[in-house]
Amino acid sequence: MAKKSNTPASSSPKPASGKVKERDIATQRKILTLAEEIVRRSLGGREPIVQIPTRTKSNTIWNKKKGILEMGGATAERPLFDLKTAKQFMQTMLHASTIKDLIEAQKTSSLRGVFYKAKHTVAGTKENTFDTQDESDPILEDLEVALGALREELHVFAENRGSMVGNITIVDKGDEIDCRRMGSGGYALPSIVEPDIIQFKKCEAKFVLHVEKGTVWNRFNEDRFWEKHNCILTHGAGQPPRGCRRLLQRLNQELKLPIICVLDNDPWGHYIYSVIKQGSISLAFESTRLAIPDAKFLGIRAKDFRECGLDDAVKIDLTDNDIKRAREIAAYPWFEAHKGWQKEINALLSNGFKMEVESLITKDISYVSETYVPERLKAKDWLE
Amino acid sequence: MKAVTERAAHSTKPRRGATAEEMSARQKEVSVSEFFVKNRHLLGFDNPRKALLTTVKEAVDNSLDACEEGGILPDIAVVIEDLDPRRPATSKSSRYRVTIIDNGPGIVRKQVENIFGRLLYGSKFHRLKMSRGQQGIGISAAGMNGLITTGRPMVIHTKPNAKQAAHHLELAMNTKTNRAEVTLDKETKDFPPERFRTISAGTKQLSAEGTFLSPDVFATGTSVSIELEGKYQKGRGSVDEFLELTAIANPHARIIFVPPSRTTQEEGDDLLPGTSASAAQEGKKEAPAQTSETGGVIVYPRGVQELPPETKEIQPHPKGIELGILLQMLKDYEASEKGTLYDFLQTRFCRVSSSTASKFCSAIGVTSRTKAADIEPPEVEKLFKVFEDERLAPPPTDCLAPIGVRQLLAGLLKGVKAEFYAASTREAAVYRGRPFQIEAAIAFGGDLPADQSARVIRFANRVPLLFQQSACSSFKAVEETPWKNYAMQQPRGSLPVGPLVVMIHMASVWVPFTSESKEAIADYDEIRKEMKLALMECGRKLGTYLRKRQKMRRESERRDVFERYIGEIAKSLNAITNEDAKRLYDALLEQARKKTAVADQHLDEDGKVVREEEDDFDDDGVILVPTAIAPIEQSAPIAPISFEPVESKSSAAKKPPSSKSAPKTTEKQAAKAAPAIVTKKDLSARSEEKSSGTSKPATSSKSAGSTANKPFEDDDPRLF
Repeated sequence: MAKKSNTPASSSPKPASGKVKERDIATQRKILTLAEEIVRRSLGGREPIVQIPTRTKSNTIWNKKKGILEMGGATAERPLFDLKTAKQFMQTMLHASTIKDLIEAQKTSSLRGVFYKAKHTVAGTKENTFDTQDESDPILEDLEVALGALREELHVFAENRGSMVGNITIVDKGDEIDCRRMGSGGYALPSIVEPDIIQFKKCEAKFVLHVEKGTVWNRFNEDRFWEKHNCILTHGAGQPPRGCRRLLQRLNQELKLPIICVLDNDPWGHYIYSVIKQGSISLAFESTRLAIPDAKFLGIRAKDFRECGLDDAVKIDLTDNDIKRAREIAAYPWFEAHKGWQKEINALLSNGFKMEVESLITKDISYVSETYVPERLKAKDWLE
Repeated sequence: MKAVTERAAHSTKPRRGATAEEMSARQKEVSVSEFFVKNRHLLGFDNPRKALLTTVKEAVDNSLDACEEGGILPDIAVVIEDLDPRRPATSKSSRYRVTIIDNGPGIVRKQVENIFGRLLYGSKFHRLKMSRGQQGIGISAAGMNGLITTGRPMVIHTKPNAKQAAHHLELAMNTKTNRAEVTLDKETKDFPPERFRTISAGTKQLSAEGTFLSPDVFATGTSVSIELEGKYQKGRGSVDEFLELTAIANPHARIIFVPPSRTTQEEGDDLLPGTSASAAQEGKKEAPAQTSETGGVIVYPRGVQELPPETKEIQPHPKGIELGILLQMLKDYEASEKGTLYDFLQTRFCRVSSSTASKFCSAIGVTSRTKAADIEPPEVEKLFKVFEDERLAPPPTDCLAPIGVRQLLAGLLKGVKAEFYAASTREAAVYRGRPFQIEAAIAFGGDLPADQSARVIRFANRVPLLFQQSACSSFKAVEETPWKNYAMQQPRGSLPVGPLVVMIHMASVWVPFTSESKEAIADYDEIRKEMKLALMECGRKLGTYLRKRQKMRRESERRDVFERYIGEIAKSLNAITNEDAKRLYDALLEQARKKTAVADQHLDEDGKVVREEEDDFDDDGVILVPTAIAPIEQSAPIAPISFEPVESKSSAAKKPPSSKSAPKTTEKQAAKAAPAIVTKKDLSARSEEKSSGTSKPATSSKSAGSTANKPFEDDDPRLF
């Protein structure tokens, strides 16, 4: 088991900032350690195994004190000689090798890029190493947890998703970006928003208003809500991706801005809030970087149908699945102990219907941005 | 009648009806023959094709019964001549002459008319004995059908004494009197009839070889010729199928079939796969007897050399009797013996001992000296009740001659090309006081169609049942058997689906048919239960086998998967650590091999008995034909992995599997005269051989387990 002379880290040609290089060397070492262990086992006649911390609900711990979800200590073995895991084992190895190449070349790749890099026909067969990206993405997440390295440390990023405007100026890879002058489209949130990529330069905003999706965000942006209320306006295109959540978390942590969410009145909206606030099960290992325990849920609320005098037409019947989901969410430990949330979810269930944020448009096109949100903000009428 | 008189009373019109007197003039006895002339379909003469089959069937059944009773191994020739070969292609039927020649004991002259010329005349109706024929309708009905459709009499040659001349008779049945009229009666030396020996190219050849109608074999015997309007067409319900199934159920019989020159070919509904001429050819050299064809003549050879044990005739069992029959039996007894009830009970029933008889007598309040004639009907009724309530030993079963597990397997092996055979014979059981015995056999895999419902072949007293399958008790039993438990697919409440042939045989002194044409067994609970139990016995063996196969297949797939991936893994690890990819690959390959060692084993474990001699079948009732086992499928062949990325795929694909080209293989093949069945001992010896072979140093171009992935290549050295 002799290690050959040209260790990848030393042969890295590209110059980079000291900090980045140091981080990359650490990641390289982690990959090498993982691979060497497998080599040792293989040549020693023992079954090759990758240990992967399990990303399941059962291995997720609710840290009440910190108010976030954390990953437990359970790991799953991924042996090569098991029909269920043999292919995944191979895929894990392929991705490890791909990432090693990426770091060596000092390049980053999208999730899809990594998928294509590792996708080929298995030698001598008609089978592909990967068939769809859906197979590839979880393997990368597995590697993140197995190596204890973040995605950006693996030089992998996701597609841009979500937008931001508001009274803030940031620096993105050296380019200064004034988020007050972003036109109708806003600043597209990249998937990697770590301090070495994005720095906050100047911020006057007093809070962040995060809305669920682009259509609602457009409404607020067109009405120059962020200008009138001195805030930052973001959306995460539904379930916010990691980049969006990390940026919100940094705004909250570093600039001490409250995060106020305007989401649909349905189990899905509640779940988005839960993920923003406490973190998600599959990314529990990143909760310390992603969760925002003091995020607030402004609306829309089950009571709004009556309080705002909405039309019957906005009602969308709850499906059986919605009801099931609502009950599950009500049983989450962080909601279970929260009287306000129990009341809110019960109100949704007793209403028997859900409402989208857009339902407020039936009152007036700008009712949500000019009446509803300002009133609620003033009254501090939100759930935490 | 009532309606007529009422109408007469209320109407002023002249009477239209007949008076009782007028009607009585027209009322007369209907002869049985007349009844059946009008109801030919009841006897299986519904259409020309079936008429041809029924004619053959009745004659063959009689021949087999006669041979067995005479203690002669049956040698039967079935010749069908097309008498109108130049008919237009569109004609629905043709005229045929069906001749069946057997080597049985022959028929004494004075009985010929009765046997062939009277309906319901026979030796078999009045006794409780296991035989093919039961009612004495068959052959005379066939003759009658011939006479009605062609006007031609039945021609009979019979030679009851080897040293004397044969009788040559021509019979025409008079349907009015139910008697035969002899139109020709002479003595002849022409037996077996000489003309058949040269009837076709095939018969000429076989005669020259001395295997067709040889006078040595046919020292005694009977030949029956019937001309009839019929249709010869292959497929389901054909003469071919009947003979083939008869051969399966009667492995002790040798049957030669000379089909007509012209066939009405319709939909290609083929017979049991594997019995076609081409299959038979290769079968010739194999140890078990296989059907063969010579110049159009089909020979179903003898599979076993012993006759089935002779069956005993039994008296009825008290439990199975009906009141009316009991009364009739008493009446007969009074007339013939004039004895006591006590004696009557003992002599006319089985399982009635003297003590039981006196018990019965006292139970109805008569003494052991009371004459049977003095028993009044109420007492008979009482006696009947006592019969019902009394616990009696079941009837004796030595009256039954089941085919036997060994013969069943020999028969199936002869007719069905499969990879797995299992058979079971149940203990005898009783329905309505009549003993019966159920046997079942199954054949699985091989050439059988995998995507169709299982084929059920049914026999009663060794006679194949070809029609009314769904009305038959055995069919229901197959449907009710939980095939899913035996790793088969089975849509709810129907036949299992898969490459399966299910054979059920019922042996009984009286098979309860649903109709006179003997096409389906009546659905008695006791019978169906026994059938299910027999099928379940076979099913369990099949299940064990299939699960074992599945396990092997999974193991093989597993290795396949592992071997597929370890090349990629070795490359990836090499890219990360720089460890030599080849070394890693070999190390992983060795581990993969160890993990999946089961796949290299052979099906020679738990209950899968595999024998060389066909006479040496195990009691387990299982045969395995490894040659017929389909190779374990794999999604894509694993080519040897080379670590030069571009070349590897193409060069790998061209490499032939190493096991085929090895010279050692061909030697082995030649040395061993191909036995169809492999012994357990043999297999294990060979697998050792094989494993020592693979442990030799592997080079990088060594195919990754190509032998293991196809464990049963036809010319695989492990098999022969």
